[in-house]
Parts: sequence; C-alpha cells; structure tokens
Amino acid sequence: MMVSSLMVTDFSLVWMLIAIPAVMAGLLLSLGKVTNSFGHFLATLAPLASFTLAVMYFLDLWGKPVGERTVDIPLYTWISSGSWQIEAGLLIDPLSILFVLLITGVGSLIHIYSLGYMAHDPHRRRFFAYLNLFIAAMLLLVLANNYLVLFVGWEGVGLASYLLISFWQEKPSAAAAGKKAFIVNRVGDMGLLIAAFTMLAMFSSTSFVDVSAGADMLSPGWATFIGIMLLVGACGKSAQVPLQSWLLDAMEGPTPVSALIHAATMVTAGVYLVVRSGAIFEQSPIAQLAVAIVGTVTLLVGAWIGCSKDDIKKVLAGSTMSQIGYMMLAAGIGPAGYAFAIFHLLTHGFFKANMFLGAGSVMHATNDDVDMRHYGALRQVLPITFVTFAMGYLAIIGFPMFAGFYSKDHIIEAAFHGQPILGVLALIGAGVTAFYMTRLMMMTFFGQSRWRQGVHPHESPAVMWIPLVFLAIGSLIGGMALNSWIGSWLAPIGAEVGEHTSWLPAITPIGLITMAVVGCGVALGWLLFKKDIPDTAPQKVSIFTTIGRNDLFGDVVNDYAVVKPAELLSRAVATTDEKGITPGIEGFGRFVETLGTKLRVIQNGYVRTYGLTMVIGIVFLGLFLLLSRLV
Amino acid sequence: MTSLYAVLAVILFTIGLIGFLIRRNALVVFMCVELMLNACNLLFVAFSSHHGVLDGQMAAFFVMVVAAAEVVIGLSIIVMITRTRRSTSVDAENVLKG
Amino acid sequence: MSILVITGTEVVFWICAVLAILGAIGLISFSKPVYSALCLALVMISLAVIYASLGAPFLMAVQIIVYTGAILMLFLFVIMLVGVDSTDSITETLKGHRVAVGLAGVGVLALLVLGVLQGVVGQGLGVDVTNTAAGGNVQGLAELIFSRYVIAFEATAALLITAAVAAMVLAHPEQIKKKIGQKERAEERLQAFTSSGKHPGPKPNSGVFARHNSIATPALLPDGSVAENSVSEILASRVTIATGEQLWEAHDEVLLALETADGELDEDEDEDLDEADDKEGSDD
Repeated sequence: MMVSSLMVTDFSLVWMLIAIPAVMAGLLLSLGKVTNSFGHFLATLAPLASFTLAVMYFLDLWGKPVGERTVDIPLYTWISSGSWQIEAGLLIDPLSILFVLLITGVGSLIHIYSLGYMAHDPHRRRFFAYLNLFIAAMLLLVLANNYLVLFVGWEGVGLASYLLISFWQEKPSAAAAGKKAFIVNRVGDMGLLIAAFTMLAMFSSTSFVDVSAGADMLSPGWATFIGIMLLVGACGKSAQVPLQSWLLDAMEGPTPVSALIHAATMVTAGVYLVVRSGAIFEQSPIAQLAVAIVGTVTLLVGAWIGCSKDDIKKVLAGSTMSQIGYMMLAAGIGPAGYAFAIFHLLTHGFFKANMFLGAGSVMHATNDDVDMRHYGALRQVLPITFVTFAMGYLAIIGFPMFAGFYSKDHIIEAAFHGQPILGVLALIGAGVTAFYMTRLMMMTFFGQSRWRQGVHPHESPAVMWIPLVFLAIGSLIGGMALNSWIGSWLAPIGAEVGEHTSWLPAITPIGLITMAVVGCGVALGWLLFKKDIPDTAPQKVSIFTTIGRNDLFGDVVNDYAVVKPAELLSRAVATTDEKGITPGIEGFGRFVETLGTKLRVIQNGYVRTYGLTMVIGIVFLGLFLLLSRLV
Repeated sequence: MTSLYAVLAVILFTIGLIGFLIRRNALVVFMCVELMLNACNLLFVAFSSHHGVLDGQMAAFFVMVVAAAEVVIGLSIIVMITRTRRSTSVDAENVLKG
Repeated sequence: MSILVITGTEVVFWICAVLAILGAIGLISFSKPVYSALCLALVMISLAVIYASLGAPFLMAVQIIVYTGAILMLFLFVIMLVGVDSTDSITETLKGHRVAVGLAGVGVLALLVLGVLQGVVGQGLGVDVTNTAAGGNVQGLAELIFSRYVIAFEATAALLITAAVAAMVLAHPEQIKKKIGQKERAEERLQAFTSSGKHPGPKPNSGVFARHNSIATPALLPDGSVAENSVSEILASRVTIATGEQLWEAHDEVLLALETADGELDEDEDEDLDEADDKEGSDD
C-alpha cells in the first residue's frame, strides 16, 4: 500500500507501453543506415522502458482493492456507424498486466541476448526494429479492451512473426517458412474475425466487458458457434492441431525470435484469447470440451514430434506445441483451469525462453549446427549454458520445486477432476515430455563428443549468458513464487481459486503418480541415450519415428486438403479465362480496331478537307434553321 | 440600297470562303480570311448607315483591331512553320493524318 | 412616273462593287501570292471608298491606314521572307474537292443572302443626322468608344500588347545547335581532310589575265587545265566558264600580234627576250 501511495501512476498513460517500442521500430526502419551503429541499443532500451512502466502499473494494481483492479482506458472512437460505436481502448486488469510483465520482461532479456547473438549480422538494425514492432503489437494484443483492437494486435504479431521467421530472406526455406506461417495464420484469423463479427451482431459491441455481461443471454447454439470460431483463431496463433504445421518451420528464424515469439509470447496468445473469452465458453460445454480435446491432442502430437526430431530447435518447437496443449487443456476445463493455464503459460515463458536461448548458445558454439547428433559432451565446454539449460530441463519435466512442477501438476490434477480420460492422456504426455527432454539433454551435453571438424565450442559472451541466468532463476523459483498467489490474483477475471495454494508442493495421489511417470520417462531416456549415438540418423526406424519425423504428415494432409484443391480450382479459373473470356474480349478489341481502321480514312490530314466539312455542316445547320422557321 | 451592300458583302464573303477552301498557300488562305473579315465590316457599316446609329461602325473598328492582332500572330506562326518545314502549303502539314 | 435619279452614292457603289469583286476573284485565282496581296489591296481600297460614301470617314481612314497600310504590308513582308518567286500550283490534288467547295459555296451564298436580306427592314436612314448631332463622325465614335465600349476598348489594348509580345516570341529564332566558333571550324576542316581528303585551305582565286579579270574567269593549274573550284558554283551554273584552251588561244593571239607588230619593238629587247628563252631552254 505504501508503494502505491508513493507512486503517481496515471493510467491514462498506458498507451505509452505500446507507443515506446512502436515509435522505436518506426524510427529504426525509417531512419535507415543512420541508426546502424547504435540502433540496436536504442531498440533494447524500448522494452526495458516499457517493462519499467509495467512494473509501476503492476505495483499500483497490487495496491488497489481487489474490486478496483480492472482499469479501462478509453482512447478514441475508432468506428462510428449507425448504432454501432467501436471505441478503441485499453484494459489493464490482473490478467493483462501479467502478460505485459511477461512480454516486456522476457522481451527485454531476449533483446539483450540478441545484442550478442546478432552482433555480426549485416541486417542487425532491421532485426531489432522488427523485434520492437513485435513487442508493440503483442502489447496491443493483450492490452486491448475489445476484440477488434485485439485483432489489430493479433495481425501485428502475425506480421512481425512473418517478418522475423523469414528474416534471413536470402534462404528460400526461411522465406517459404515465413509465408507458411502467415498463410496458416490467416485461417485462424478468419475464425477470430467471424467470432468478433458475430459478437458485434449479438451484443452490438465487442468490448470484453459487454461480452462478459451479455454472455448469459446467449443461446447455447450461438455460444458454441462463437466458442468454436474463437478456438479456430486460437489454434492458428498457438499452433494447435489442426493448424500446427507452421510452428516447426518457423524455427528457420533466428533463435531469439523462436524464443520470444514462438515459445514465450505470441504462441500463447491463443490461450489468452480462450481465457479472456471465458464468459462465452462457460455458456457452451461443447466448445469447452473442444478446447480441451484440441489441447490434449496437440499435447500428445507435440510430444511425439519432440521424440523423433534430431534438430534441437525442432525438438523444442514440438515441446512448445505440447506445453501450449497443456495450457489449452487447462483453459478448456473451465474456470477451475484458467489460473493454471495462465500459471503454466508464465512458467513456460521462463523455462522455454531459457531453453531456446540455451539452444541458441549451443548453436553459437557449434557454428550454427542444429543437429543434436553433432553435439555431445558439451557440458564441459559450455558450463553456464549447461547449468541454465538444466534448470529449464528440470522445470519442464516437472522436477519437484521447479516451476513446471507446480503449474503442470495442477493442470493434470484439474484434468483428472474434469475429464479423467484427458487427465490420463495428459499424464502420459508428461512422461513422454520427460523422455524426449532427457534425450535432448543426453544427446547435447553428455556422452561422447561428435563435433564436426573445425568446430571448437566455446562459452557465449556475457551479454548472452546473463539473460540465461535470469531466465534460469525464473525457471527455478517461478513456480514457488507464483503458486500461492496467482489463483487469488486472477480471481477477478473469473478464475476459481484452486486448492494447494501454498508455495510448498502438495502431496496428492495424482501428484505422486505423475512423479512416477516422469521418473519412468527420464529413466527410459537415460537408458536409451547413454550409449553411443550414431552420427547420422538411422533409416531403419519404427513407423512411429517415421511419422514423427514427418510432423505426423501434417504437411501432406494440408497438401491434399487445401493446396491441391486450390490449385485445381485456380487451374479451372485460368482455363475459363483463357478459353472463354479472353477470346471474347480480344474479339471485341479486334472489332473496334477494324472499325477504327475503316474510320481512319476520313481523317486524311488535309486541313482544307476539315474546313470543307465544317462549311458543309454550317450549310446544313443553316438549312435546318431556315426550314424549321418555315415550318 | 442597303440590300445591295448586303449582297456585295455576302458575295465577297463567299469568295473568301471558297478561296479559303481551295488555296493551299497558307499566306493566301490567310488573305482570304482577311477578305471575309472585310466583308463582315462592310455589312456592319452598311447596317450602321441603314439604322442611322454609329454602333455598327464601332463594331467594324473593333474587328479591325482584332484582325490586326490576329494577323500579327498568324503571320509569325507562318514564318515559323516556313522556317522549320521550308513550305507554306497547308497540305504539307498533314501530320494530322490519322 | 419614274425618273432615274442616280445619286453619287450609287455611282460609287457600282464602281467600287465591281472593283471589289474583281479584286476578290483575282485574290483567289492568281498563283503568285504577291498578286493575291495586291488584289486584296484593291478590295480594301474599294471598300474604303464605300465606307466614305456611307458616312464613315473615320473607318475609311482606318481601313486605308491599318488594313491596307499596315496589315497588307505585313503580308508583303512575309511573302518576301518566304520567297517572292514561289508560285503555287493551281491544280487541285484532292479528288472532288473543287466540286464540293463549289456546291458548299453556292449553299453558303444562298443561305447568307436569304438570311442577311431578312435583316433589311424599312428605309435606310443614313448616319448623316447622327454624325451632325455629335459634331462629326469622329466625335460620335469617340463618344461611343469612351462610354459604352470603354471596357472592350481597354481589352483590345491588352490584346494588342499580348499579340506584339507573342509575335516577338514566335518569330525569334531559337539557337538550337551549339554555336560553332573558329576552333570548331578548324577542327572540322582537318577532320574532313583526314577522312575524305578535302582541301582544308581556302579555295583558289579566280583567274586574273590581261583580258579576263572577272570572277567568272577560272584560274589555271600548272598543267594548263582549269581549276574548277576557283569559280563560284552559282556563277558556273549561269555562265559558261572558259576552258583552258580558250584562255590560251587568246594568249597566243596576243603573242602573235605582238610578234608581228614590227618597228616599235627594239632589236635589243628582242635579243634580251631570246637570251631569256635560251636560258630557260638550257635549264631544261
């Protein structure tokens, strides 16, 4: 209370949070080469400034009574049309401020990390400008007070994601990956837009407040429709089945991008959307179940892919899908799961960013090699990376007292209470997670060195390992610190305060079973991968591995379901154009041309003939006037 | 009496018009235009006399002034065209041909 | 009872009308622009006389001074610039043009006569009364020009200024190419010499002989032949240029005449000449 009374926080300045990085991005992009030498430092200051502001606002909110923690900041009337009036405004409440802290906090760390990671890239300024653009768009997304403003941020992060995935645009694979992400995201955007328009039709408003207030009156059919459409939007942005295929390709982007956008922040926007729209989902058990099922399926698919990949970033990408699947599962359980979804989202933001940046550090040490079969025994040469990575590892498998232990166990438990089948599947997922993460650790840091020739691993510079240390601390204590607090903090947005809210791990039967399953996974991973690992990926592998290596044939499915029919349709349209429309138009053109050629003879170019024509015209006109008078 | 003047003016005008359409030398064409203007002036003066007011003479005076300006511009254009094309024929300028 | 009273005005009209129509026909039928211009002058002067008889002495003066004097002189100047000799071909090149023009002319004539004559209503009054009331034709016009027509009059001032400036701009020759100086010319000549062997120096002078010193006389080359380029091309096309033989013939004639003219020639001098001849012969 003392803190808040001392601080003069003016909530009308919340837009500054977004404006600082946005203006910085605009400056860097428009000033061009001038800022080449110092632009990246400026760009790093932007999220730090936003973070400072966010901390101030957070403390201020904390100091307020529980009922007053939601602050709506209207900015201006965006669209005014008939009875509809859409106000662009921002909303600060316990949910959005947590996101703002995560985005600006992890964002700042990743900016700092990028100072080292991108030090020698010729387009460093552009990279930082895009990062700032992303931060601004993501903040707009979470601070919006209605679905349409949220959509602007939603598209903004999509754009930033596209620009950053294809940042090394000279690589055809990166360019293609960017386009894939952009196009797959369009499908989800369509879902979100349809949902927003339906809300506009139903409630004459898209603001969260109005939607929550009006949701009770909604018929179950409409509620399910809106819910499913929101889920489609969430699936696109959060890479959930069936719109998961872009995330693995998105690893073509620079590693800090993968850490910030494709692990910690943007891909969790779907979870945010579902939690934000809790009022709608509560009206429709079917939509809730759909969310939970999508989450569970993705959780298993991601884990499966994680088990079969040799590319360290793709293993982590699969793992990200899987962890977001957990969050969706939690969000699909209903109010009981919201807090756990956000809790896991926050802890995941720490430990996955930590591991991605760790992977970046490993790649930095091995000349950008991403194949884990070319690693091995890196723990001696990369001690800091190893230790921090290990923190992330322990957090993700749910080792007691680490971050993931609290958040993930809560989800599994909640799932058992809600849908026991989903709970069992989530439990299996936890075991598989332990297995593939152990495999990753073993292949990267233990065993024999299988380094390529000319690779001399070395520890990264301080500017890179300091963010790692911060994130590792987050992975270590994030769970303990938030466990007792997050449930009550999120209560105003509809989360139910769960049990076991002390910082001490609670001993429950399901918790024990989970620990056992995780232990099995770790043991299996250790037993299988402590032996020598072949240099090249073996070709004689089980059908499961083949399926996993091919991303569960997601691309093939997309190809046959969407790409091929679209190609056929465009070919049909092209043929119609060529055979039907073009000859018609050309025929008309030829007719006009022939007519012109015939008429051209009249224009013989002799002034005297024109004069004569004029005089004849005058004579006729005079005759006409004369005759008309006679008549 | 005025009818006679009017008929004379019309005859002169028609001759000018025919010359305008027949002759190819830009200078002669231009002179034909002057002839037509003069025919009009004659009509003005004749009608001025017919009605017993001076406004017709005034109009003829203004026609003369405008004709002077027109001749100055027209002749300089002809000089320019002659300088670049080495011909005063109006048929030679059939760059208008479509 | 009908007494044919012929007034002065009518006499003037009939004389001038015939002259004006003849002039107009001449204007469109002469093939030389100069004749056309003179015919136009005839038309204009006839009209000036008609103006005078119609009680418009001021317009008569203006017609003669401005039209005949200034405008027509301008025409003549331009004809001079373009070329006095230029003759137009009178033959028509456009098929059926003349016939069509004739028909159109008849149509216009008929229509105009019909139309204009409709405007002649009542008895002619004459402007004499008006002129007298104003204290003269010029005074009457002056009153009108500075009262009812003052704005039109001021506008004509602007028009004339504009026309004068425009004429200056239009007639001013533009320097399209770079000006060629002495240096460039010298370079050009040497260039021509290296490429086509054209002699870079000046052409030879025309020949100068005792009996022929006109510029139409060609110079002789050492071998006795004529230096063709010593006579201007224009002269060469007009007069026949003497050949080398013709020139020598005259020379021989003179020598013969000198040799046969005895008495006056001294023996000594004769010897001197012989000696000189001998000297030349020995040198050979």
